[in-house]
Amino acid sequence: MKIIKEKHSLAMRWTHWVNFPILTIMIWSGMLIYWANDTYTFGLFGHTFFRFFPDWFNIALNIPKRLSEGMAFHFLFMWFFTINGVVYILYTLFSGEWRELAPNWNSFKEAWQVLLHDLHVRKMAPPQKKYNAAQRIAYTAIIIMGFGSLITGLAIYKPVQFNTLTWLCGGYHAARIEHFVLTIGYVFFFIIHVVQVVLAGWRNFQSVITGFEVTDDQPNRIIKPISSDEK
Amino acid sequence: MKSKKPKKPLTIEQKINRRTFISFGTFAVLSAAAYKGWGWLKNSPKEVRTVTAGAKAPLRRALNQTELAFRRLYSNNNLVKTYPKDRAAKTVRYNSAIGLQPKSNVENWKLEVKKQSGEVMNITLDQIKSLPKTDLIFDFKCVEGWDQISHWGGVKFSDFIEHFNLGDQANLDYVGMATPDKKYYVGIDMPSAMHPQTLLAYEMNDQPLIPKHGEPLRLIIPVKYGIKNLKCIGSMVFSNQRPPDYWAEIGYDYYSGL
Repeated sequence: MKIIKEKHSLAMRWTHWVNFPILTIMIWSGMLIYWANDTYTFGLFGHTFFRFFPDWFNIALNIPKRLSEGMAFHFLFMWFFTINGVVYILYTLFSGEWRELAPNWNSFKEAWQVLLHDLHVRKMAPPQKKYNAAQRIAYTAIIIMGFGSLITGLAIYKPVQFNTLTWLCGGYHAARIEHFVLTIGYVFFFIIHVVQVVLAGWRNFQSVITGFEVTDDQPNRIIKPISSDEK
Repeated sequence: MKSKKPKKPLTIEQKINRRTFISFGTFAVLSAAAYKGWGWLKNSPKEVRTVTAGAKAPLRRALNQTELAFRRLYSNNNLVKTYPKDRAAKTVRYNSAIGLQPKSNVENWKLEVKKQSGEVMNITLDQIKSLPKTDLIFDFKCVEGWDQISHWGGVKFSDFIEHFNLGDQANLDYVGMATPDKKYYVGIDMPSAMHPQTLLAYEMNDQPLIPKHGEPLRLIIPVKYGIKNLKCIGSMVFSNQRPPDYWAEIGYDYYSGL
């Protein structure tokens, strides 16, 4: 018989889905700001492989010459981004859900096994609770990154009033680079996250909206009963 | 009359369907609301032109509210980081020619200070130079995103106020400055103007200012973006209302504080 297995709390689902459009707007408005001084390149041994961002990219997304607009959007939605993040962190801490999320010492070893399993190199995935080791690391890292965006963001936004933060980031110039690199990190996280969700299937995805998963109440037998002809 | 049947407990299938329907329904309604809200914001009209202009009305309200929030944290005890002289750029970045003056304007230059009462003072460069000089080597920050360590010398704005007995004017909320041709103008809140590192600068790299960098006197205000660091100050006014500000009229934050 089917049973309802509670999986994701309302607070987690709410903050997750609220964060998605807010972060999208923050990245978009950030690109409007970055355009005004787009000096970052990706290079190795003196050779530049990639410039953030190519002209065709900026033109396709209608980015050029919108600095003031980008700043106005960025400095409004930064409030929502921060509030939503703080709500999630406080909820996770006080509900005790952090126990399912924080990596432990084994997680780093196990994450490697999870990766090999996901790449079909290894047959067995290590045993897990709600989240596997790779997920624990990823979902904790993304929160630390969010916190990093807040800190580096404040360090750029008010470098005199928050000069301690700016100092912590290694100065104004460095803080701007860090803020940018974190954003690139979100984009990579997003790509991997979506691929993993697609691979995990609809039922898994659905649970981040409904909060529950449907399972069978018959526990799966790990050891199969030995049938008579296998003696 | 028919008696009501006692309610049957929901079957597990019914429970699953009901909860799925409610969750997805709520998700769809909230997504649609968020999408509508975004559409409203994106298509919101430009603000009514006052001392600020050019931004969408709700975004301008947000900028002003955010200013109020961050003004609470503002303190003149927070100083911009300073650097040794050898870190200062030899070639100081030149970004904009707005308000730059022809030579003739500079030769007859006097700083016109207009008090709230209407009384006007004309101050010469020599009078300003006779005050104690302050050097400042700091990381100049442009609203575009670049920064450069540069070296400036001049009179602290607060020393200037004290020396010319403008203390009563400094009790007002704002000071406005403009180029002699009035083509470039900025408004500064008084706490930022009175910051101990705000300078009326007449030197760059130990040399008198050159035309490109605001000869003969310019504002250096490290608690603001470059857009507020007016080159070639021709006049100064004091007021409790926000004085006009060039960049705030084309969509930028009036405060632009760092």
